[in-house]
Amino acid sequence: MSTTETTYVIPEKRELTTKPRFSDKVFRGVVTGGGLSSLLILGLIFGFLLYQGFDIFKSQGLGFITTSRWDITYDEAGNVLTSDFGLAAMLIGTILCSFIAVLIAVPISVASALYLSFYAPEWLKKPMVTIIDLMAAFPSILFGIWAYFILMPSGAYWAKLLNKYLGFLPFFKNEQRFFDSSPFIAALILAVMIIPIVTSISREVFAQAPLDRIQAAYALGATRWAMIRAVVIPHGRNGVIGGAMLGLGRAMGETVAVYTVLNIVFAINWQVLFGVGGNVASLILLKFAEANAYEVKGLMAAGLVLFVLTLIVNFASDLLIRSFGAKGK
Amino acid sequence: MTTTNSYQGIKPQRPWQASTKDKAITVGIFLFSIAFAYGVVLVSGLNGKLGMFASFVFIFVAINSGRSYLQFGSALAKDSLVNILVAVGTFLTLIPIVSILFEVFSKGYKGLYLGFFTRDMSLNSPNDPLNTGGLGHAILGTLILVSIALVISVPIGILTALYLTEIKGNFTRPIRFLVQAMSGVPSIVAGLFILSAILYPITKNNSAILGSLALAILMIPTVARTAEEVLNLIPNDLREAGVALGGTQWRTVAMIVVPAAKSGLITAVILGVARIAGETAPILLLAGGGDRYNYNPLSGPMGSLPHFIWNSFKNGTPESIARAWSGLLVLLVIVFVLFAIARFFGNRKVGK
Repeated sequence: MSTTETTYVIPEKRELTTKPRFSDKVFRGVVTGGGLSSLLILGLIFGFLLYQGFDIFKSQGLGFITTSRWDITYDEAGNVLTSDFGLAAMLIGTILCSFIAVLIAVPISVASALYLSFYAPEWLKKPMVTIIDLMAAFPSILFGIWAYFILMPSGAYWAKLLNKYLGFLPFFKNEQRFFDSSPFIAALILAVMIIPIVTSISREVFAQAPLDRIQAAYALGATRWAMIRAVVIPHGRNGVIGGAMLGLGRAMGETVAVYTVLNIVFAINWQVLFGVGGNVASLILLKFAEANAYEVKGLMAAGLVLFVLTLIVNFASDLLIRSFGAKGK
Repeated sequence: MTTTNSYQGIKPQRPWQASTKDKAITVGIFLFSIAFAYGVVLVSGLNGKLGMFASFVFIFVAINSGRSYLQFGSALAKDSLVNILVAVGTFLTLIPIVSILFEVFSKGYKGLYLGFFTRDMSLNSPNDPLNTGGLGHAILGTLILVSIALVISVPIGILTALYLTEIKGNFTRPIRFLVQAMSGVPSIVAGLFILSAILYPITKNNSAILGSLALAILMIPTVARTAEEVLNLIPNDLREAGVALGGTQWRTVAMIVVPAAKSGLITAVILGVARIAGETAPILLLAGGGDRYNYNPLSGPMGSLPHFIWNSFKNGTPESIARAWSGLLVLLVIVFVLFAIARFFGNRKVGK
């Protein structure tokens, strides 16, 4: 037994470091840049609309959102002589239509979300969810033209009925008997458009209701409705409200579908069945075609107002949905 | 043996199921409600199918819950009332979609013929019969608009999703909110933004690329949010395995995470395309109309499907409105196909 000499080559000590390597630095930089692009885009939208609409804000002041008229006169050379822009009727119209739309859409959406979550047989559930998701992807021009030809007659029919039996309420008054193109019909099409959105959010919220509590309720002998009232609704209330706010934001920004059915007039109208209404987004589309450079500035200012309005609504909806997420755990 | 035999003669009892008598009563109430609703329609201001349906639902709900209140007490009466209400709600959700599909198919197929997909409208007036003219230029325009928007928004959207799922830096919460806020930007505002930032100061003319920029703004949030959901589903084991093998984060993400999420990311992109394919308002402001083929996205008005539909609708002649319905049919079929592809990729298991 002879011992063989073995040589050990000790490798040089590796340098251990927690510093990110070059490729990682580049990667993290590029991805962070991409991530911040949403901030950049939103900032640019705000900045450019403010820049272009600044003249209007300066000359109109607060009157831009408290008065309601849209007048502009030119001399023969096309120069602007006088101009007076005010959005009050349009803003009130936008908010009115969207609120009615949410009032119509939320009960229907919650009912169908409850049906899909707790009542529907398994074989029906999947195709129905697919159909409702598909409806959420329909383009708004499809809703708009369908609303003009198909929904408007039915909407006017319901409006006449409401007026006949509830006409003593100030909201449902309609002396001129003109029922087409009313804020009510615009609200109907907006409701049809946001129902799929609110339904799918409500369904997600209901699906997260704690199973142990559901089973506990059943074990105590609760009927299905008693279980829903005791477990699902307290758990999902904020989420559903957040979904409704999201729908409200969508309804406020909708352009084409409202444009086709609403008769836009610069007068504040609270009689929802009467065919006179306002809508900021549709106004922009309506006036853009024959607007000259100065009037377009007014439209830019209107766009900024609409942008800020939808941002606020979205922010509120985000807070509500998030507070639901924290409570749900 | 004897015990098992004695069980076989006994049918299991299911007291919670409706007996034949209960079913008969329900059917009776159903038929009575129809008859009663018909009577209401005859005597009151309600008329037509809508009035019939509404009064039927109302009467059926009232009688049925009244009956269960008398028979079973208030808890079960409420339960059966809600049973019917949720079914009615679902029905109301489905009415518009069924009506939309029915109307678009029944009104749209009349204007279709083979040349409809290849010809343009440059030699046609709105009054021309339906077998002339077509929307070939509009399909080409939509393809160009969507492709450019795709090239811009897919990298940004996926980078945003990667930031939210892989880097999780200090800005995660604000960026998640901003993406949410961006998905709520009204389409007309996106159009006005491009108008104020590029069209007025720089190009001064309509062109397809401006429309694409506005569409990209609308598409980014859809892509980012869907991609984020998909990337969140990738198990952390895969990331840890990549790093444990000595991969840098860049290699791990590019070679492991993204390929594993490939089908989901494709779904995200297709859902984004479905979102913008029919977007109308920004196109009306930016891309101009154009009733002839235009192959150059950098200059000149570019037709597109939404614009074709809008113009035909506004022209208002019977032929022109029939063209609008046919255009809607084409658009709807495109959305269908995109949605089916997205479902196909979305249903495949993540990570395979």
